Amino acid sequence: MKIQRCKGMRDMSPDDMAVFRRVVGICRDCYIKWGYREVRTPVIEYLHLFTSAGTLTPGMLGKVYSFLDWDGWSGERVVLRPDGTIPVARLYTESMQGLARLFYTANMFTFETGEGNRERWQCGAELIGARSAVADAELMALSLEIVTKLGLKAVELKLSHAGLIKALLSKLKLSQEEQHRIFDSILDGDTTLLKKASRESPELSDLLLPLLSLKGQSTGFLREQRALLRRSIPEIGYPLDDFLKTIAVLDDLGLKYQVNIASGAGFEYYTGIIFQLYMGREKIGGGGRYDALIAAMGGGDVPASGLAIYLDRLMKVFKADTVLPSAPVRILVKSTDVKEAFKAADALRQSGYIAELDLDGQKAEWTLEVKSAASMVLIDKASKKTAVRTIDEVVKILEAKGAG
Amino acid sequence: MPVKIALPKGCLLRRTAALLQKAGWRLDEYHSSMGFYRPRSEKFPDLLIRVFHEKDIPIQIAMGNYDLGICGLDWVEELLVKYPSSAIIKVRDLLYGDGSLYMAAASLPKDVRQNGAPLRIASEYPNLAEVFALKQRMSRFSIFQVWGAAEAYPPENADMALLAAGSAADINSCGIVPFSRVLDFSTFLIANRNSWENKKMDKIVASILEALPETPKSASEKKDVFPSSLSPRHQVPGNQKEIIRLALPDGHQQQQTVELLSRAGIKIIDYPSGSGNRRPDIGIDGVGVKVIRPQDMPLQVANGNFDLAITGRDWLTDHLAQFPSSPAKEILDLKLRRVRLVAVVSRDLPIDNPGDLLRFSASRDEPFRLASEYVNIADKYARENHLGHYRVIPTWGATEAFLPEDADLLIENTETGRTIARHNLKIIETLFESTACLIGNAGSLADVKKSRVIDSIVKRLRTAVGNK
Repeated sequence: MKIQRCKGMRDMSPDDMAVFRRVVGICRDCYIKWGYREVRTPVIEYLHLFTSAGTLTPGMLGKVYSFLDWDGWSGERVVLRPDGTIPVARLYTESMQGLARLFYTANMFTFETGEGNRERWQCGAELIGARSAVADAELMALSLEIVTKLGLKAVELKLSHAGLIKALLSKLKLSQEEQHRIFDSILDGDTTLLKKASRESPELSDLLLPLLSLKGQSTGFLREQRALLRRSIPEIGYPLDDFLKTIAVLDDLGLKYQVNIASGAGFEYYTGIIFQLYMGREKIGGGGRYDALIAAMGGGDVPASGLAIYLDRLMKVFKADTVLPSAPVRILVKSTDVKEAFKAADALRQSGYIAELDLDGQKAEWTLEVKSAASMVLIDKASKKTAVRTIDEVVKILEAKGAG
Repeated sequence: MPVKIALPKGCLLRRTAALLQKAGWRLDEYHSSMGFYRPRSEKFPDLLIRVFHEKDIPIQIAMGNYDLGICGLDWVEELLVKYPSSAIIKVRDLLYGDGSLYMAAASLPKDVRQNGAPLRIASEYPNLAEVFALKQRMSRFSIFQVWGAAEAYPPENADMALLAAGSAADINSCGIVPFSRVLDFSTFLIANRNSWENKKMDKIVASILEALPETPKSASEKKDVFPSSLSPRHQVPGNQKEIIRLALPDGHQQQQTVELLSRAGIKIIDYPSGSGNRRPDIGIDGVGVKVIRPQDMPLQVANGNFDLAITGRDWLTDHLAQFPSSPAKEILDLKLRRVRLVAVVSRDLPIDNPGDLLRFSASRDEPFRLASEYVNIADKYARENHLGHYRVIPTWGATEAFLPEDADLLIENTETGRTIARHNLKIIETLFESTACLIGNAGSLADVKKSRVIDSIVKRLRTAVGNK
């Protein structure tokens, strides 16, 4: 019987890894150039890191891999990290202060029934300690730059605002629990509950329904309705202005976006702008502002926002040959003299080639037969043999053939 | 393949037996409270019937070991809430064994979303308790899975308990107050999804459904009135003089424990209790006593809820197999209730010693199945015997019924070995000998104030054990 991998988990083959490294490499390059520094947090965290007030929706928490650790007699559980932002915020709270630009590449675990992926990779960035619209715009511009560098076309940036949704909900005369439930359902991408609830308050539904179905570049509606909205829902003033301020920066920078208030993101920790990157119907990334998260962890009033690029989805949409840089040339080194073979291979590697020792008589594009320290034969794909005496000569031939 | 059905023992046995009687099954031994757990039906002679603890039945159905089962919906939901893709179909409400799961406490937590110390929930239903905690958005919580007596934990040892009862009034009578009804349940006929789609079981199912009363259950909604705040009389009695908390076992170990205490010259009032009192008075200053399940004691000692407990070495060993660095330690062998923990297989298997296990398990494609009440000991046993692909099936007693069809090996306790022999089973190894012992929390032993009282208790018990 062959042992198989766990259901829902993924292997990455050498070809997959080449794509993975390339995609992560582009993300990393962008992050580093914008001043972000890389961090890594553990796979296992306490469950209460994620249950602490308003971080993940109960729907998501119901799908975490939680278990009792070897010293879990207190009954408190640990989890395989289901999210990337919260551990980074925890790391910041534990050991940093002031403005911090951080990024990470990590795998997340959530239970999916059926054939869904239970392990997902993402490459994310967190901008902690800044509250401005410029900070929000930085993350959106950065995510669009990554998308462009990855060579992806027709990516749409969709905007919503958690504060705006919460202000609307506060007007619906719902219990705290119902508000949470509807907010969660909106974040999970489902607006039926909200539409139902707003129908029961006719005076609001005139405002809410157009707002919810609002889609597209034009923010004219928001600007026009600003006064009316503020009069009906005073609480909406701050989030609406905040939203419009960020949008103004985006307009200034000439970035294209769509406003879609009802677009979900599944993370309850968002307090301000929420943005999502779509390629067709595939969501390839997103982020938003989470000003209350660090305070909920006991880290004080520290504003923050972040973004994540979903690597699994990107790897699917991404044509490997268009982005992979050509790998160095491989040369198979054959010899009956082990010591000379190792020496020749080492010299080739020093010159920037991949040198593989022959172990099973395989064929290769280039083969170097080492007879002795000063007597070698270089064989190309067409079995054409050239006698050489030094590795320098080998390098010259390879370079002349354009294989340098 | 014959159709297989799992029937409940325990409190649902009588009503289930009556229903099947009405359905004309003519079962030979299901009415007995003891027995071989292998009844036969005259009406369906090919039907394979086994009797399990109610809690085991949903797991057996989900795994596909059994096609049909009868058990409380509470245990079905406890499984489904954690494993929603389990292959279980709820066929029909059998209209008896009604009850509800209530969350109860001695005093209402002020704000369940507070930060700080974790809220502790004791329950036989850890998965449903976790869902409740998540829905309530408790920021930090601990769940104590207990074998029973969850009602005894609040307020000192847990902030709340999730427990089954016929009505809210039943919970009130335990001295705690229900504040939320989490689930209504009754007895259900359940089926394995694959069996339901592929096996011919319609006659069997029809016979049960036809025996049901025609009038459906009255749809009257249960009306429980929950207090919005709890009166101070439910607050912790707050015994300031209590320095040491001692846990004593309930069930059949009580008599031996009382005799031991009396030999040690320790007076105890209302234990065993006729009225179900779980807080008997003990005649030692500074010591408070609570009566809980011996299975739950090592964990409760480890987490500091109790300083001392009288339990079996078997349960301490199981706990330490799960939590090797636990502060629960054996202090004194009380030399009572001597049993052996043994590995048991069917007499028909070509296995005579642990060495044969590896050969046997390697020769099969299916995973090797170990059934035990001692899940962690069984898991460790499988690892130490290098069983490659294995599964541990948790059970709640009557484990003998699992062999040979539903498990390959049991880890069981036995006094004489007679029950094992009667079930056509054989012992291939004795893991260790277990007796009752006094266990304690290492932190309490190191605490100067506590260790003085602990030392005096240990001294008296040691003399009593010696005097036996």
